[in-house]
Amino acid sequence: MSGVPVLRMESVRKSFGGAVVLRDVDLEVAPHTVTALIGASGSGKSTLLRCANLLEEIDDGAIWLDGEEITDPRTDQDAVRRRIGVVFQAYNLFPHMTVLKNITLAPRRVHGVSRAEAEARARELLERLGLGGKASEYPDRLSGGQQQRVAIVRALAVRPRLLLLDEITAALDPELVGEVLTVVRGLKDEGMTMVLATHEMGFAREVADQVCFLEDGVVLEHGTARQIFEEPRQERTRRFLRRIVEAGRL
Amino acid sequence: MTVHDEELAEGAGHDGHDGYVPSRRRLERERHRRRRARRATAIGAVSTLVTGAVLYLVVVNAPGWPRTKETFFDWGYAREAFPVVLEGLWLNVRLLLVCGAAVLVLGMLIAVARTLRGPVFFPLRFLAAAYTDFFRGLPLIINLMIVVLGVPALRLQGVTVDPVLLGGTALTLTYSAYVAEVFRAGIESVHPSQRAAARSLGLSNRQALRYVVLPQAVRRQVPPLLNDLVSLQKDTGLVSIGGAVDAVRAADIIVGRSLNYTPYIVAGLVFVALTIPMTRFTDWVTARMDRRRAQGGVA
Repeated sequence: MSGVPVLRMESVRKSFGGAVVLRDVDLEVAPHTVTALIGASGSGKSTLLRCANLLEEIDDGAIWLDGEEITDPRTDQDAVRRRIGVVFQAYNLFPHMTVLKNITLAPRRVHGVSRAEAEARARELLERLGLGGKASEYPDRLSGGQQQRVAIVRALAVRPRLLLLDEITAALDPELVGEVLTVVRGLKDEGMTMVLATHEMGFAREVADQVCFLEDGVVLEHGTARQIFEEPRQERTRRFLRRIVEAGRL
Repeated sequence: MTVHDEELAEGAGHDGHDGYVPSRRRLERERHRRRRARRATAIGAVSTLVTGAVLYLVVVNAPGWPRTKETFFDWGYAREAFPVVLEGLWLNVRLLLVCGAAVLVLGMLIAVARTLRGPVFFPLRFLAAAYTDFFRGLPLIINLMIVVLGVPALRLQGVTVDPVLLGGTALTLTYSAYVAEVFRAGIESVHPSQRAAARSLGLSNRQALRYVVLPQAVRRQVPPLLNDLVSLQKDTGLVSIGGAVDAVRAADIIVGRSLNYTPYIVAGLVFVALTIPMTRFTDWVTARMDRRRAQGGVA
């Protein structure tokens, strides 16, 4: 199993109306590795993640999950999504449900786990992420950082093969970013396979095994974090990183 | 306003335990607010009295008042009509309960049918859209006449000619169209990211609708739904056109015999009395929901 990439994309193309958002995107994500997608806003990072989760239908190319082609129109899309966890920039918690209900919804309704078992796992995860006392709160009573950690627990509750994180700290106040990143670090140590779109360059450099720099829907350059951040080959990658440094974000 | 002022005034006495003494500036402000509140109350009371008195004098001094009083406000006829009207009202209440329940179920089904995606559901979508367009446009009174008078005229085997059942059917047909639109607006007001989050957890389209979208949609639409139910409550009075003896028809019978209109006034007041609790309940639910939302304001 370890030889087969968890996620593989080949020549993926996606456009919205006339605007081409992804062109000829190739990507391979090995098991138990972290891939960071970096690039300016609108470079296609989020769209790439949404395509990987089949929330968007691609125009051309193909995507494999654990060696199985998921862009085949005959695949059961719900079954594919069951194996992929997603955390969104805006948390997207369900406001009418308590934290515990948010987390146990999918295990109970989709995976057929008993209520007691689902709640036990939810509580264990909450405890681990420092949210032990929040199980019966409603999302809007929590801080942004807490909400985002709940969203991570919700994604983890179904034991996904792959976790997609879409700029999960972009909506947070600076002092709350740290608590969420700590959680992601912990997941990496446990061996979770992750793809994250991020503006936190320092963080990408620290946790990512692989970094992809996207510009205008093209993966312009990819390599290890060291390669990309210290010896970028492309002039445009260098320019992007220089702007980041000037903004004091690296 | 007044409650707020009182709270402030009381608050001046015991603000925490840090030995805080309200400044003269604060006390002066509070005195001013109290003075202003007292003045406002006084003005309100006087203006209410004056308005009431003027209205009373205008009506009582109208040239036709003695005749009007006799035909519309006759105490004897009122006493005679009241028990009969009340008995008729029981029919209105039963109609409200049964039709209300049917309307909520049917309205929800139609709303959901309209939001279904995919070519398979086109006929369903089309029918649901045609249904709401038609019955929202058709005046209720015409709908009632067609169903209550037209259906029995067909003399179909096994189809009821009971004006209450037929009238209830007509009410349900029209109100389901209104309520379907209320539900649909609610469904569409739930942000697409909620559905995306549900789908990305592996929930099927139907599960996403059932567990994530509909609960939020219904909660948001409680005030307009209750508004439609209050309206339905009044319109149950229209089944009397088929001869069913509800509160309106009960009054009608006495009017026909006596040529005195007081029973109509009685029936009208009884309906108002029935509607007020429901309206207050609507207000209460809305206020409670607003309060909840305000409490959850932590970003």
